[in-house]
Amino acid sequence: MSRHTLSVLVENKPGVLTRVAGLFARRAFNIHSLAVGPTEHPDVSRITVVVDVDELPLEQVTKQLNKLINVIKIVELESEASVQRELLLVKVRADVSTRAHVLEVVQLFRAHVVDVVQDAVTVEATGSPAKLEALLAALEPFGVREIVQSGIVAIGRGSRSITDRAFERVVRSA
Amino acid sequence: MVQGSQQAPPAGERHKAAATVTPADLRPAPPQPMTGAEAIVRSLEHAGVDTVFGIPGGAILPTYDPLMDSTKLRHILVRHEQGSGHAAEGYAYTSGKVGVCMATSGPGATNLVTALADANMDSVPVVAITGQVAAPLIGTDAFQEADIVGITLPVTKHNFLVTDADDIPRTIAQAFHIASTGRPGPVLVDVAKSAMQAQTTFTWPTELDLPGYHPVTKPHAKQVREAARLLATARRPVLYVGGGAVRSGAAPELRRLVDESGAPVVTTLMARGVLPDTHPQNLGMPGMHGTVPAVAALQKADLIVALGTRFDDRVTGKLSSFAPHAAVVHADIDPAEIGKNRRADVPIVGDLKEVIADLLPELAREHAQHGKPDLERWWKQIEDWRETFPLGYSDTEDGLLAPQHVISRIGEIAGPEAVYVAGVGQHQMWASQFIKHQRPGAWINSGGLGTMGFAVPAAMGAKVGDPDRVVWAIDGDGCFQMTNQELATATINEIPIKVAVINNSSLGMVRQWQTLFYESRYSNTDLHTGHGTVRIPDFVKLADAYGAVGIRVDSKAEVDAAIKRAMEIDDRPVVVDFTVSRDAMVWPMVAAGVSNDEIQYARGISPAWDRED
Repeated sequence: MSRHTLSVLVENKPGVLTRVAGLFARRAFNIHSLAVGPTEHPDVSRITVVVDVDELPLEQVTKQLNKLINVIKIVELESEASVQRELLLVKVRADVSTRAHVLEVVQLFRAHVVDVVQDAVTVEATGSPAKLEALLAALEPFGVREIVQSGIVAIGRGSRSITDRAFERVVRSA
Repeated sequence: MVQGSQQAPPAGERHKAAATVTPADLRPAPPQPMTGAEAIVRSLEHAGVDTVFGIPGGAILPTYDPLMDSTKLRHILVRHEQGSGHAAEGYAYTSGKVGVCMATSGPGATNLVTALADANMDSVPVVAITGQVAAPLIGTDAFQEADIVGITLPVTKHNFLVTDADDIPRTIAQAFHIASTGRPGPVLVDVAKSAMQAQTTFTWPTELDLPGYHPVTKPHAKQVREAARLLATARRPVLYVGGGAVRSGAAPELRRLVDESGAPVVTTLMARGVLPDTHPQNLGMPGMHGTVPAVAALQKADLIVALGTRFDDRVTGKLSSFAPHAAVVHADIDPAEIGKNRRADVPIVGDLKEVIADLLPELAREHAQHGKPDLERWWKQIEDWRETFPLGYSDTEDGLLAPQHVISRIGEIAGPEAVYVAGVGQHQMWASQFIKHQRPGAWINSGGLGTMGFAVPAAMGAKVGDPDRVVWAIDGDGCFQMTNQELATATINEIPIKVAVINNSSLGMVRQWQTLFYESRYSNTDLHTGHGTVRIPDFVKLADAYGAVGIRVDSKAEVDAAIKRAMEIDDRPVVVDFTVSRDAMVWPMVAAGVSNDEIQYARGISPAWDRED
């Protein structure tokens, strides 16, 4: 099994996420992470979904997704040819004696402190899954109290946009 | 009043009307004020609907009021929503149009689910209109509320929830387009009662806004050439033809391909009749209960040209040992079917009618350049299988009627112009095997979902879709008890279908498996309807109660007379209760999950494959 990142452009309509998520469940495909958000076109949303599958089942996932009426376009983003980021918020135990050490780690990872109280700090970090894993490992000894993580979002490198032609189609038929 | 009086004009008159279209008719009609309910009825009329099968209820009530005034829509009141769904399927098969069913919210809609799932598996174009509770009540567990869009999401091609009356025409237009194009399938439109009651202005859309829906129909020329090259050079080719050939209307093109290639053909359960059974190259049905020649030809093939079919487990048996020596050309309108179960060496996405039309000249060119391939050895081997393992059956041991005889006789007496609709089980397999299927679309059954109870309502819909044809439902005693309430619909609406109940007093196919795999321990398969039982219910009395003609046949001598009498009755439904032996089994058979190489011609008798080598 290998990890694949798919960018799925969908019509911005109620229930579309259910259709996509339901398809994965129904066809017994495993979702590793999923993130949804708006795009530069108000009628189009973008779902970034990371799946753990082999090459052949991946082709099935893509084809089955394409069959959903509300799915406009699917592109697989190879990790070398794209920028992939997730967002991490982590609450770490930090009192007067350890705060400086925690802040050092935060700086090393180019993360930010977004909230400070007497016995804890909340750190915000974005990056590749590998970087965030390393940050978490570094913070672990201080005592991690709470973690929240977004799904991966990804965009292809270079000037080309995967949404160009898809949008033309939306605009034309709108 | 009998609803039949609202029948749409015959097709001929409609064409005449279309021929006298004036430029004024072509201008978009000005928006007209009306209620959402009226917009639903008007939309159905614009979509070309002439028949709706359904049952009213609270949430759909506003729509039933203007429906009463429509001169274009004939509404047929069924007795259970499942019946409306299967009737819509049967109607779609024989009319070539989209079948339409209608139900209210909650239980009305959930009763449609089986029929929608059935249409989804067998790619039948159906549009279901359901009422939903008023928009402000959605999500409150209101009376008769069910999230039918959520429920039917996995079993429809697409579905919609409409809460704004202005969206009704556009949504219904999209539903019909999606249902009938690409790989056909069911589409559900759930309309909130509040949207039906709201005022709107009606405009039938001239363009559809479906940015994510573009079915590919035109095949890739390079792939078609490659397919032709393989077919022209294969030594043991087989054309494996499925229901897609029927849906696409590709029978004439297929016939030419069969003749040009000289290759043997197998027609799946969904494709029976797309090539006449009497065609010398037709080996019959492949799969679990397929003929030995059809199963063996696929197993020994060096090339399989799969046309509109999906390598279903009932065809392939154990997938890893299916057709181990074959290269595969796979043509289908649904890209997701290609490579789903079996890797395709040459994938072709497209409408089969176009695929085969493009393939023909390429194949002819190959033949002209390199000569036709020599298939003599291949045919010799196939003829040997045909001779040694013809389809057949032996007399019953208990002396009771052989079900295969009954079904053969129905096929012979009613002939190839009739329409045959089967339920699911032994009788379905026998009807597929022993009726000579000669026309595409004349064989209607529940293949993918295997829905018991399909036959009676589907036959009713088939008869409405093509009223001039004789329609026989070949049903089992188990199936018949699941949906026979639609006999009331058929009698009252003057839909004279003929039902042959192949009554073996049990859930026959399950019983066959119990005989073969569960040491003849017959757990819960006895239905007490047959010969020498209490006969509950008595199907002849039941037919009588529904205003249909009931005929009982207990012996071989009565079979022909009963079928002929049924053929003569044209003013009401007929139910013929053929009480047959319960020990008859469907052969040949490949047990579930084993290799097709282990096909049994009859119990314990398997072909010796290496006989020739």
